[in-house]
Amino acid sequence: MLKKSMMVLAASLALSTGAFAKDKIDIVFIGKNTGNPYFDSLTKGFVDACQKIACNFEFVAPATAEATSQIPFIEAQVQRGVDVIAISPNSPDALNQVFDAARAKGITILTVNGDITGNEPHRDATILPTDFTKVGADQVEMVGSLIGYEGEIAILSATTEAPDQNFWIQGMNEALKDPKYAKMKLVATVYGDDQPEKSTTEMEALLSNYPNLKGVIAPTTVGVAAAAQVVQSRGVAEQVKVTGLGLPSEMRDFIKDGTVKAFQLWSPYNEGWLAAHFSVDLKNGTVKNEVGATFDVPNLGTITINKGNSINTQASLTTFNAENIDEFNF
Amino acid sequence: MSTMGTPTLTSPTRLEAAAPRPLWHVILVRPETMTLVLLIAAIVFASQLSPYFLDIGYILRSFTLSAEFAIVALVLTMVIIAGEIDLSPAANMALSACLFAWAQASGFPIPIAVAIGLLAGLATGVLNAFMIIALQLPSIIVTIGTLTLCRGLAQLIAGDKSIRVPDWFIGIDKVLVLGVPMPVVIFVVAALVLGLTLASTIFGRQIYQIGTNEVAARYAGIRTRRIKLVLFLLMGLVAAVAGMMTASRLGSVRYDLGLGGELQMVLMAMLGGTYIFGGRGTILGTFLAAWLLVVVSTGMTVANLLPAIQLTVLGVLLIVAIIATNFIYSRTQR
Repeated sequence: MLKKSMMVLAASLALSTGAFAKDKIDIVFIGKNTGNPYFDSLTKGFVDACQKIACNFEFVAPATAEATSQIPFIEAQVQRGVDVIAISPNSPDALNQVFDAARAKGITILTVNGDITGNEPHRDATILPTDFTKVGADQVEMVGSLIGYEGEIAILSATTEAPDQNFWIQGMNEALKDPKYAKMKLVATVYGDDQPEKSTTEMEALLSNYPNLKGVIAPTTVGVAAAAQVVQSRGVAEQVKVTGLGLPSEMRDFIKDGTVKAFQLWSPYNEGWLAAHFSVDLKNGTVKNEVGATFDVPNLGTITINKGNSINTQASLTTFNAENIDEFNF
Repeated sequence: MSTMGTPTLTSPTRLEAAAPRPLWHVILVRPETMTLVLLIAAIVFASQLSPYFLDIGYILRSFTLSAEFAIVALVLTMVIIAGEIDLSPAANMALSACLFAWAQASGFPIPIAVAIGLLAGLATGVLNAFMIIALQLPSIIVTIGTLTLCRGLAQLIAGDKSIRVPDWFIGIDKVLVLGVPMPVVIFVVAALVLGLTLASTIFGRQIYQIGTNEVAARYAGIRTRRIKLVLFLLMGLVAAVAGMMTASRLGSVRYDLGLGGELQMVLMAMLGGTYIFGGRGTILGTFLAAWLLVVVSTGMTVANLLPAIQLTVLGVLLIVAIIATNFIYSRTQR
């Protein structure tokens, strides 16, 4: 039995080397967790790209977005011998060791939609939807404009460790020091762990604990949808303005009935699309992974690799409201 | 054995209670046999599922991801055989690792930081033992309490941030002994030592007697309280070691290290045929079950199966194991 299996193994190794000869590279994208609609759109970008250019694509994700849950998945992809691992990391540092091991085997590690801030040397490049240093300030301005720059606000985040979330929250705290927002007071930052039930509970608790709450920023698609659902069912949309980062497909009904006036995001689809093109160009040698290098991506134009091997798909956040919501279908 | 012939099985005398069990029956009809059969089936199935699975290096590397839990599960097996349970070790791992990392980050020399971590683990063991043995409280309630307490303390110490460990401390899983990662070696050695202790020392036999009937054991002169104290202290100490091994593997420590690990540990003991009400079970069973769990989850992960399918398979596996264990015990030890 063992012998037979070893032969199967040998045969398949031969097959996969055969695949390399055809210059089709293997890309896998490891999401934060399963059942997160945000990643459906991102994944579709990869899938569509790999139908047009020379790559094979697979999506995998652990059941929970816990710090170490992605490790067995990375190990498995190393074992499968993929060329590129694109990943939305659940931890800024718990994955360092396994990233190093993968890169030692010649696998390119791209962090997508979130970076391992402070541990950048452990990955090859990062693909971020927009300049993340501006997200916090943009979100504060958004909620400020909705509440007339006055009153108590709160933040409903994802998990306590999510690197991108913490980076934005830090940006929001800094933006709030601006005299323009002097009459706005951040009263709480709570964590819904990107689970609809927990986010709903946290939002309910915010409304109970802070009766004077005027606005809530939920910079996560799961959180903002849950928050909107809560203010809608309680009928308090006029008193408490919900905004944040949301998916147009999930937020459309809330925009249409006026529960949410406006929210922001980028196109996750473009991240997948860009990541696939970058991977193929990188492996073909048509682009070097160096700061300042440029490459062309269909529909997105010329993309530049910025400081820290960071690549952005768009310059600033897109704001969605009743006027433009129907133009977006992700 | 020659007594294996079918006539014995079908003859009416088989129904009489006094018939002794044939030797093959004693050797083969055991929960560990079931675990072994499941393990072999899992290996065969996993290698059919994905051509990338059957690579001993990969399987060993994957085992290191669960080795810390598996080591603790060996001691847990002894605790369960003694008729108790301990659900606090995974949280204890986090607390010990956080205290260790915090101590070395705030400038204590490494040996002192290690000692602090080990003492924290031991302290949890003492706390458990005090409430269970001296106050006579049920261990399941007590250890759910200490589980929560340890997580809380770990979060107080570490906050929401990770604490780095020094570079030279990182990578216990990269240390190879004859090609085998160090955590796996530690697991195998621990299994041998604990397995021999449980199976062939007086201390080991006494653990079984306590789990079978504690009152009778006490009347027979067994120092039940002292033995339980040893077990809970060992549990705390081993959890602390496992916590630091995890810190070395990950390179950083956070309060949620090993979150939910207690369930995996209990799962390993149950899959290995340990009887939840005490008195029955072996280290060999838990040893095999640890490999079974790793093979099953690794096999499905490398085949890119969805987590939902993986959870379903693990659930079915556990239910099958529990039914089989109870069936075998009810058949063999009436």
